[in-house]
Amino acid sequence: MALRAFAISTKTGIGAAALVVGLILAAICAVLTRAEFGSGLGPADWSAIRFTVFQAAISAALSSLLAIPIARALARRRFPGRGLLVTLLGAPFILPVIVAVLGLLTVFGRAGWLNMALSDLNLPTLSIYGLHGVVLAHVFFNLPLATRLMLQAWQTIPAERFRLAAQLDLTPRAVFQSIEWPMLRQIVPGTAALIFVICLTSFAVALTLGGGPRATTIELAIYQAFRFDFDLSRAAILSLVQLALAGSAALLALWIIPSVSMGGGQDRPRQRWDARGGVQRIIDILAIGIGALFLLLPLGAIVTRGLAGILLTPASVWQAAGTSVGVAMVSIAVLLVLALPMAGWIATAKRGSVEAVGLFGVAASPLMIGTGWFILINPFADPIALALPVTALVNALMALPFALRILVPPLRDTVQVYGRLSQALSLTGWPFWRWVALPRLRPQIGFAMGLTGALSMGDLGVIALFADQDRTTLPLQMYRLMGSYQMEAAAGAALILLALSLGIFWIFDKAGRMNAEA
Amino acid sequence: MLKLEQAVITQDDFSLRADLSIEPHKKYAVIGPSGAGKSTLLGALCGFVPLAHGRLIWDGRDITDAAPGARPMTMLFQDNNLFPHLSVMQNVGLGLRSDMRLTADDMAKVESALSRVSLADMADRKPGSLSGGQQSRAALARVLVQARPFVLLDEPFAALGPALRNEMLDLVQQLVTETGAALIMVTHDPKDVARIADEVIFVANGIAHAPEPAKELMDNPPPELREYLG
Repeated sequence: MALRAFAISTKTGIGAAALVVGLILAAICAVLTRAEFGSGLGPADWSAIRFTVFQAAISAALSSLLAIPIARALARRRFPGRGLLVTLLGAPFILPVIVAVLGLLTVFGRAGWLNMALSDLNLPTLSIYGLHGVVLAHVFFNLPLATRLMLQAWQTIPAERFRLAAQLDLTPRAVFQSIEWPMLRQIVPGTAALIFVICLTSFAVALTLGGGPRATTIELAIYQAFRFDFDLSRAAILSLVQLALAGSAALLALWIIPSVSMGGGQDRPRQRWDARGGVQRIIDILAIGIGALFLLLPLGAIVTRGLAGILLTPASVWQAAGTSVGVAMVSIAVLLVLALPMAGWIATAKRGSVEAVGLFGVAASPLMIGTGWFILINPFADPIALALPVTALVNALMALPFALRILVPPLRDTVQVYGRLSQALSLTGWPFWRWVALPRLRPQIGFAMGLTGALSMGDLGVIALFADQDRTTLPLQMYRLMGSYQMEAAAGAALILLALSLGIFWIFDKAGRMNAEA
Repeated sequence: MLKLEQAVITQDDFSLRADLSIEPHKKYAVIGPSGAGKSTLLGALCGFVPLAHGRLIWDGRDITDAAPGARPMTMLFQDNNLFPHLSVMQNVGLGLRSDMRLTADDMAKVESALSRVSLADMADRKPGSLSGGQQSRAALARVLVQARPFVLLDEPFAALGPALRNEMLDLVQQLVTETGAALIMVTHDPKDVARIADEVIFVANGIAHAPEPAKELMDNPPPELREYLG
């Protein structure tokens, strides 16, 4: 039966979408007014562009390739702690970048655990700064994401295929070629494309581990042009380059990016008869062991080092923590006001194109939006005074695409299943949201709120452009401590930041699920 | 009186023509082969399926384009008649006020409807913790409080066992007799027709025929209906 979906008014949704597009377009226009194209791109700018693309490509390739053996091992082994490990694979998503960087420095840094061990063995030590540091951090963040996506894909292979393979007594190699390789050929390009796009707009990693003429991303170059040279024209031109690059990559990738499922359902390994041999067992143990170590060592380093440093954290850290929590809460509120009406519009619209509106936020880099709004605000007010509201707003925009991906599918189901009943009872507009959509979507709304809160809590982006000594968030305060070599205090701040990010995520996610109807 | 005038309902390459009147206080059975358009006919009456041509007139008023909630009818679907996240009381209350601002008077109506269907002690339960029969009765309680002049049933009891199903049909019959509403129900079963209906609307080959008295029609069916009844 054809359903005329007038349970949800599309006006507010279109309004919210227009507001998002307007905010971003206003920033782009502001940037355009300041860009003096006569100056063009200097050699340093070209090298930033080259480095951005190069590191993103290597990070995407490494993350995707290394994820294959780990996902394969997780897909066909059961062992105690497997569920926990799969859950932990989701953690880097809400882990503040700066915290992870400190963890990586503790393990791989100049005086880190790895180099200590190497020098004890009289081997040459490694440097984490520059290209390999940036790539290392990107792999740390995206290997778990890639692993989850592939594990998901592995689990979509029907169990009957493996049963058939066992009947035919196929060798592990033959199983790989006939069943797993065709699946990988579909999933790997999309995964790599997604990671490539994510790494293109990387800022905090490049800020802490990159820098210098040979390891500067475009995003970092915008920051430097803005902050150190106050060269608005160069910042503006770089912003446009970033927009064109990340925007076109995001649009291209949109067609091949796999859908990211955040939920569970990955706890059940398939019974596999081809994986019983000793060699297969060793391969899997190595893949899981090394993968888990790579993920867990930096996390463990943060906790141990943080516990030692927590008493050394200055009062400014606690103050910044309070500010950050406030910014995160405002971000969550802004996100809800934007995402819910937009989700309502998208869920009732004919499928397709409107979903791209949410991706607009991905293509536009946070620093570009920040630069644009700085230029817009400057003639009327002191942009620094508005640092925190702008940060909260930009954080909400960054979380918007993820929130829409979480909210739209269940809302679409709700409209399909309960749309007629709602119409028959005149439940339209606010009563529909109040009595049908919000209660039905509570788990997803809680999840989206938690995700936004954690992302905002850990974000080190726009705030770095605007902030002064008085207005700072916890990630920025932590970065300043690291910059002045107060590493113990920074480690204490990292632990607080970690606890707050995970805590905010956990509280909202839990509140959403509590007493929720299936 | 509810009149479908020269109505044509089209969906993709399916089309159904109807030109018929439904009188208050009578009970109608809609029968016909599956896929003939029985549910589509009810959907069109309720406003879920637009009319491609023709008009829907109620007591002289044109309600062809009225929203489903603004029509003089209430419908029970095959499934999803209750919101699973709301209590029985809230589900019934939504029939009175879509913003749920129930006055003391409204609350009294809800409670009396719930006692009428023997669910007074289940008011705070969620539908998921009720049996199939209790869920049907909760939906009927809402039909009661809505007190619309036409009650449409699109086989809401199809998933119940035969005895329970008959019990529900009897309850529906009592309720519409008490409230004076007209009943329009889709069914596959000639026994339902004999049990309940005053008139029969036969739907086949793209036409919803005008109602005819149930007894005469079933005793002496035209060829098409004879073929369907077997």
